Amino acid sequence: MDDRGLLVEVKDLKTYFFLEEGIVRAVDGATFSLRRGETLGVVGESGCGKSVTAQSILRIVPNPGRIVSGEIVYHRQYRSNGGPVSTEDILLTKLNPHGREIRAIRGAEIAMVFQEPMTSLSPVHTIGDQIMEVFILHQRLSKRQAREHTLEILSRVGMPKPNQTVDSYPHQLSGGMRQRAMIAMALSCNPSLLIADEPTTALDVTTQAQVLDLMRRLQQEIGMAIMFITHDLGVIAEMCDRVVVMYLGKVVESADVDPMFHDPKHPYVRALLRSVPSVSARSGRRLAPIEGSVPDPYNTPPGCPFHPRCADAKPGLCDVDEPQWIPVGREHYVRCHLYS
Amino acid sequence: MCGATYIVSGGKVNMQPTDDELLLQVKNLKKHYPIERGLFKSVVGHVKAVDGVSFYIKDRETLGLVGESGCGKTTTGRCILRAIEPTSGEILFKDPQLGWVNVPDLKNEELKKVRRSMQMIFQDPYSSLSPRMTLLQIVGEPLTVIGMKGRELEERVAYLLELVGLRPEYMRRYPHAFSGGQRQRIGIARALALNPRLIVADEPVSALDVSIQAQVLNLLVELQQQFNLTYLFIAHNLGVIRHICNRVAVMYVGKLVEMTETDELFSHPMHPYTEALLSAVPRPDPRLKMDRILLTGDVADPANPPTGCYFHPRCRYAQDLCKTEEPALADMGGEHFVSCHFAHNLTLRGVPEV
Repeated sequence: MDDRGLLVEVKDLKTYFFLEEGIVRAVDGATFSLRRGETLGVVGESGCGKSVTAQSILRIVPNPGRIVSGEIVYHRQYRSNGGPVSTEDILLTKLNPHGREIRAIRGAEIAMVFQEPMTSLSPVHTIGDQIMEVFILHQRLSKRQAREHTLEILSRVGMPKPNQTVDSYPHQLSGGMRQRAMIAMALSCNPSLLIADEPTTALDVTTQAQVLDLMRRLQQEIGMAIMFITHDLGVIAEMCDRVVVMYLGKVVESADVDPMFHDPKHPYVRALLRSVPSVSARSGRRLAPIEGSVPDPYNTPPGCPFHPRCADAKPGLCDVDEPQWIPVGREHYVRCHLYS
Repeated sequence: MCGATYIVSGGKVNMQPTDDELLLQVKNLKKHYPIERGLFKSVVGHVKAVDGVSFYIKDRETLGLVGESGCGKTTTGRCILRAIEPTSGEILFKDPQLGWVNVPDLKNEELKKVRRSMQMIFQDPYSSLSPRMTLLQIVGEPLTVIGMKGRELEERVAYLLELVGLRPEYMRRYPHAFSGGQRQRIGIARALALNPRLIVADEPVSALDVSIQAQVLNLLVELQQQFNLTYLFIAHNLGVIRHICNRVAVMYVGKLVEMTETDELFSHPMHPYTEALLSAVPRPDPRLKMDRILLTGDVADPANPPTGCYFHPRCRYAQDLCKTEEPALADMGGEHFVSCHFAHNLTLRGVPEV
């Protein structure tokens, strides 16, 4: 992998929440990278730290959470006065979360779309006002220019009658339309990375299909990378080039999408793929569930975090030593003792 | 009486199963909510949440009810239990003691009796359990209503908890000490307390993580076999529906558009909406090339539905007839019911089996 292609590198990121009840290790050793223009899927069950990883990149980890160690490097590309493209490495983990530098990146170069469009849009401002704000803040456009740009981006995301929608409030739109408005806002500054945190989970399947199609089309137009956070393995298979799987704050496997689905290595990933009821399997089969439940985040098990639920766990090893990050194929890594 | 006859949108449809096989028959069920305006609350229209739905459930089978949000599937489920009052229509239920009863006609005392045999499992295991009640109180509440108490009650609750895979020692704990999957088990134990015949399960696994979903689905199947339960399984996840249901009914804007056996529905859908719905499901295999039918526009407004077939503005096969004439739900043979004018002429795409 040549360095020029890299967009974001996350190296052994640890983000902990310091609560009265104890320390929650929400992200506890996440390592992965994202290349320009690619779609990286981040999969995991609730509480695995996938959303906190995204928040760490944008430096919007809520209190009492804190990045305690690790690095996030953003390889920014820019062109000064029509000259050649140069790259500058920005250590996002070192920036002040309220400072000017991160605020110039957040929302412009790295944008985010959230799961619930109703809670992430302001109910008292029109869609148009909320999108215009981005243009006014980041590109210093006048109000009139911003409105023109807003109308243009609304029609690009397939909003019917943009001239009317621009002046409507979020509650007047359907769920799919609201998510389109969110995407319009996120894409308004042509970001190099779009972080999409469960962007279609709250939508119906036919609406989801429309939104996924839209995201793919816009990605081709803009050339941005997408970090797609979801628990839906179907969405991952369809949208992503590469996948990382998280369990209890740790990335347990990372691979290209094809080997991840057809040659998964980690027992958790294998079990997860087996447990999903499929639309293309005849009915009446018994499902193979993963036994037990995700452990309490306040006292995570020692050794490999998955060992209490793992059918292949070796006593004396998996419950004692934490497995290393082991290469098992081309760009395919796994964190499991079975492969050491 | 042999062979229930249904009046569906003017047309007569013969349904093959006999009364003996059936547990529930819903005929032309409607639930309309009035839209009120102004000082005197004059009614200016109706939201037709459920608008003439007819189906039946056979004894010991699982009927899936699918559709997108707002299509009326939850309202249908709640009308059956009379958790909400239906506007019109018949809900015939074969009560083990009283025999066939029409649920909307029941008076208080009778309804209480019939409700012992009909229970509900809810979607959200966090909001559906009272945080101030222990497991003993939650699971035991239906039993105390019928007068059980003391040791007998505790023994029955312990038995029920064990049945759903929870340890009886936990019965004095409160729901907050349990995970989502365990809470859903608590809800299931409560639903089982009075030995019901029919369980309306409204999105019972949607709020759960993937790895926990499979556990709860397996539990529901085991309990069905053990206690001869019949499920009305309401869900939007088509993978879950395919896995657990014997037959599936598809709803769109308050109406039933298709109903047939599960594998038949997935391999040979006959309604264009079902076809689009199936093709929209992302499948967990990156090697599959998706040739997706993208629907245009939004779901119709149930307060102001389009004329003719409600699906016609989004249907890629729509013709002039569809704009004016509402299609009736008709049997295409072998208990495959479809409401589409052109069901016989269209060759639609299902989900290829892997």
